[in-house]
Amino acid sequence: MTQIFQLYVFILAGFVGFIVIQRVPPLLHTPLMSATNAISGISLVGAIVAAGGQYGRVSTILGFIAVVCGATNVVAGFLITDRMLAMFKGQLKTPDAGGKKPETSK
Amino acid sequence: MNGLATRDLIIQGSYLAASVLFVLGLRSLTRPTQARLGMQQAAMGMLFAIIGTLLNANILTFQWIIIGLVVGAIVGYPMAMKVPMTAMPQFIAFSHAFGAVAATLVGVVEYRVRSAATGDEGLSHGLAAALGFEVLFGALTITGSFMAFGKLQELITGRPITFKGQNAVNLTLMAVAFGSLAVLIANPANATAFYLILGLALFLGISMVLPIGGGDMPVVISLLNSYAGLAAAATGFAIGNNVLIIAGALEGAGGFILSIIMSKAMNRSFANVIFGAFGAAPSSKGGDKGAAKEPKSISAEDAATQLAYAGSVVIIPGYGMAVAQAQHTCRELDELISKKGGEVKYAIHPVAGRMPGHLNVILSEAGIDYGALLTDVEDANRVLATADVAIVIGANDIVNPDAEDDKSSPLYGMPIFRPWTARTVFVIKRGKGTGFSGVENPLFTRDNTLMLYGDAKGVIGSLIKEIKALDEGH
Repeated sequence: MTQIFQLYVFILAGFVGFIVIQRVPPLLHTPLMSATNAISGISLVGAIVAAGGQYGRVSTILGFIAVVCGATNVVAGFLITDRMLAMFKGQLKTPDAGGKKPETSK
Repeated sequence: MNGLATRDLIIQGSYLAASVLFVLGLRSLTRPTQARLGMQQAAMGMLFAIIGTLLNANILTFQWIIIGLVVGAIVGYPMAMKVPMTAMPQFIAFSHAFGAVAATLVGVVEYRVRSAATGDEGLSHGLAAALGFEVLFGALTITGSFMAFGKLQELITGRPITFKGQNAVNLTLMAVAFGSLAVLIANPANATAFYLILGLALFLGISMVLPIGGGDMPVVISLLNSYAGLAAAATGFAIGNNVLIIAGALEGAGGFILSIIMSKAMNRSFANVIFGAFGAAPSSKGGDKGAAKEPKSISAEDAATQLAYAGSVVIIPGYGMAVAQAQHTCRELDELISKKGGEVKYAIHPVAGRMPGHLNVILSEAGIDYGALLTDVEDANRVLATADVAIVIGANDIVNPDAEDDKSSPLYGMPIFRPWTARTVFVIKRGKGTGFSGVENPLFTRDNTLMLYGDAKGVIGSLIKEIKALDEGH
């Protein structure tokens, strides 16, 4: 029975994803990919349970590696997404010393 | 008893909050101005989910978890803060691989633990199916992403690597992998089948990405994105965790949509990208057509004069611009033209660059306002039709008129920009060669096309110098 429930969740979430993501403009396709990548780093949650669960040494080691990889995925994914989105935030022309200099030479 | 229930409630509450914030975060990406805040909230959601998980009653020791989290943060932080926007596709490929390693290892641990257990905790057929899919997609994503990373970083050649019977070998391996999956579902205790799936998927990831050329990378990256999501979702099925299922489904859907958009923008099917090995085929054909005419070239000085008096300029960048690191020089040229009263727009093709939307982030990082980026091919063509000058920088196939005129061209049917409808076209190009697809480009021999040969950064630099020299002459 639980598996049927899980399938419900999966398919409905897939639909939500489809409808929401279809409206993301091409301008933001790269941040979209890094965002979904960061979000799916949620596997970390499973890794945490595997690493801390005392299922024997091999499981702890594998779990530990999984935590490292998952945490890297999450941290790097969200940070890079934020870095990119910061560039798209304001309509203001960025104040840039290099771009302004020619004006003084007039 | 009561304490236990409260704890479970808190855990489930944190997962629910995370799921909602993830969806809202992705929704915020539909508007550039709200996107950053939305994704910061999604990151908070991730934090909730992690804190919630630490309350899990099955966790007995925390030392390895804490060390792992700290190491991950130490590795991830500098990676994310230092990577240049031009290297974004490699970075994403790398990140996919990391996520997939986590998902796959969780699958292996879960299989080991569950096959040792009995009764309700033991392996059911449904669980075996979830674990089988988890390691299949996970392992495929690990090696596939590393291969993509290697190609993008140019550790291995970006050209398609093919051998005879490659598709047959891949299809056979795939069939064996799915056969093993069926065996595993029928008999969950069959560990050989489980590890065979893992091994075959690792190998398939390599052999499927090897024959795919650099220009097709946007499709591959999107596809790997989708697989990484499916691996995470399968993990959720295996450990009975809804937030994993939801997050995985979201990524799976996102990657799928992007793959479709990318394939459409190249007018090719998925199957053609995966099994096609573009690039090797028809390069000999175009040669005799182009031989009749030589492209005309123009000096930087003359080009500068035209640009200085142009009312509207459309720049069409390709991956070549990113390779030459010409985006900052490009912005300087943009500012110079704008100051003289001209309007500069950028036409960005969906498949320009090495991943979906790649050039948008490169140009934005250079300080170009995103309002000037035309990301719709039809919109861009409307603007091009009334433009004074179109400048093609390091792009080739996305401006090849054969895609509209020549039915025998491999590019035929691909939506392209029409720079030749502008009054004058400047093409900045490293040398007289063909693009990644090996197809001749008749744009270069059109009457209103003028070539500027050289490194993009150098050529644009000299255009800037000449325009400034014009000013001083006045």
